[in-house]
Amino acid sequence: MTTQREDAHAHEAAPQVHIAVDKGHAALAALPAKIRARDVNVFYGEKQALFDVALDVPENSVTALIGPSGCGKSTFLRCINRMNDTIQGCRVQGRIELDGENLNDKAIDPVVLRARVGMVFQKPNPFPKTIFENVAYGPRIHGIATGKAELEAIVESSLKRAGLWGEVHDRLHQPGTGLSGGQQQRLVIARAIAVSPEVILMDEPCSALDPIATARIEELIDELRTQYCIVIVTHSMAQAARVSQKTAFFHLGKLVEAGPTGEIFTNPRDSRTQDYITGRFG
Amino acid sequence: MTDAALPNSPYALRQIVEARLKARHAQEKRFRAYGLIAISIALAFLFLLVGRIVAQGWTTFVDYRVTVPVFVDPQRIHADDIPGSNFDLMIADQMLARLGTKDDDVGTKSSKIMQIVSNDLGFQLLKQVRDNPSLIGKTITVVGPVKADGALYFKGEMKRSTPEAERKLDNEQLTWLDKMKSTGLVSSGFNTSFLTKSDSTEPEQAGVLGAVVGSAMMLLVTGFLAIPIGVLAATYLEEFAPKNRWTDVVEVNINNLAAVPSIVYGLLGLAVFINWLHVPRSSPLVGGLVMALMALPTVIIATRSALKAVPPSIREAALGVGASKTQTVFHHVLPLAMPGVMTGAILSLAHALGETAPLLMIGMVSFVPGVPEGFTGAATVLPVQVFIWENASERAFHERTAGAIMVLLVFMIVMNMAAILLRRRFERRW
Repeated sequence: MTTQREDAHAHEAAPQVHIAVDKGHAALAALPAKIRARDVNVFYGEKQALFDVALDVPENSVTALIGPSGCGKSTFLRCINRMNDTIQGCRVQGRIELDGENLNDKAIDPVVLRARVGMVFQKPNPFPKTIFENVAYGPRIHGIATGKAELEAIVESSLKRAGLWGEVHDRLHQPGTGLSGGQQQRLVIARAIAVSPEVILMDEPCSALDPIATARIEELIDELRTQYCIVIVTHSMAQAARVSQKTAFFHLGKLVEAGPTGEIFTNPRDSRTQDYITGRFG
Repeated sequence: MTDAALPNSPYALRQIVEARLKARHAQEKRFRAYGLIAISIALAFLFLLVGRIVAQGWTTFVDYRVTVPVFVDPQRIHADDIPGSNFDLMIADQMLARLGTKDDDVGTKSSKIMQIVSNDLGFQLLKQVRDNPSLIGKTITVVGPVKADGALYFKGEMKRSTPEAERKLDNEQLTWLDKMKSTGLVSSGFNTSFLTKSDSTEPEQAGVLGAVVGSAMMLLVTGFLAIPIGVLAATYLEEFAPKNRWTDVVEVNINNLAAVPSIVYGLLGLAVFINWLHVPRSSPLVGGLVMALMALPTVIIATRSALKAVPPSIREAALGVGASKTQTVFHHVLPLAMPGVMTGAILSLAHALGETAPLLMIGMVSFVPGVPEGFTGAATVLPVQVFIWENASERAFHERTAGAIMVLLVFMIVMNMAAILLRRRFERRW
């Protein structure tokens, strides 16, 4: 019985993936690059973690970074909002441009940058405050909302866009940590959206969630794609195939291959990519 | 070949496991027993300690007072020099009359009365008459304590069976005391004056108020200095300072400072605060400064470990939405570390409350017969008061020593309760 049901499920899901990929493939070429990374080298102390990475991330699309553990995909992700600055002994070289501006320029203030480039982490990490306070925190510190009513409007629209409003609208003043894992992750997404970012970075956002919550987040990612440029690190190749339009495969700190998701999964040019996506290592 | 070492049947394997199982369970039982024994010993010592102090000190809270109506005889008052009049003698005569006897020509009996009734009654009489001379010729009732030796007799510490030459009061005085009690001239009650009066040369008039206020003022200074400075220093070291050789040196030194003997801080305080900066000696201010120096390492270490315990995901979350480093620390990390910070702060304050040695160096071990006059006035603190009384030659002071320790313990318990309440208030889950 179970196998049958799973099969049915797989059949259901399969065509969706293809449609998404096909759509993405066709559209991808037309999309301008939001982020352009060139010659990115990252060092943790003496150890080099990324080698000459060059990658374009298209606007209004989902770009998936895949690869085995320790391949540098999270490191690259954290370069985009300069989260690596907070790690002692971490050095980033090369150019990463957001709309043509070099993020590693001294003139770029990471505080402003992180309002433009939001981030969602592996483990849901809401503040131990109320749901309202979680979402309102960003707008408040950046001075985006000028009044209470405006702040409330931002919180409501952010929660709505994160698909959480229906579940929490009557308990906004209860602690955010009391929500389920999937709800917490959507709360964190709402918190990132609240400061109107241009890019949302997601570092394995579903790895701590059950399949139902994962499906909910994936749906959300697909909805958000229309307004934001999304970069997602994932260990699940199925997830990369489901949600992304572009995929980049990292291995041992090097970007091996990047291209439209359909192409990477059906017709990889590099043998290492082929081995990884067919499950021969990683 | 290696397979030969393993028993080949699952049954034999299970037997081996079960044979060891007994030893494993026995080990656990033994460990639990050791734990229980350790806790029982600790509790027994605690009860012994507290029990002994209470047994020795509870009598401090019982006092015996003389209530006597005195006729202010105009013939015995020097109207032009009221304080020069002998009020003590007036009270002694009154007492003797009540006891059905009379003073002799050389005043033997009245001086014997003055050995068992506190001179506080004479002072009260003097004060009332001086403030209101119209009382001359009238009868005033004064209430005052029985002198410490008399109280010791009532409390059974001084026994009639002891040979007369070996006690401070003779048989006649003991007979008088018995009569005073049976006629209602003396009554006993809760000793409020122990809590409302300060140190005195007379044990029956000595109280802890001055020392309690002195302790509170000193802790106020300590808290206001050590907690903000310590928390900010720890926050800087933990959250902002680069991790390099210099911060390592600072860290090692802070840890070493926490282990420096307290008397050394006393010497430092004497040299720096009193001799160099001319802070008034034996004042709550200088005491608080020295205690703040002593408390700082503890506060810093406790705060740092509390900050370390805040999950890094909270920092990432705040930085991720664009909070600056300072906002991250003060909006999120420090509030979450607050319970730990509070614990450290209260522990170090409790330590400061019980500290004696450094205060001896900065002149707080002095006779202060009153509540300190401000932060720069002369003061003493509870543990030093205990030390002073313990060194006193009069036996009645030793009872007060235990009483003062009880007050000190209550002070400490109140502080710890406050700490627990505060911690509950600040505690949050994540």
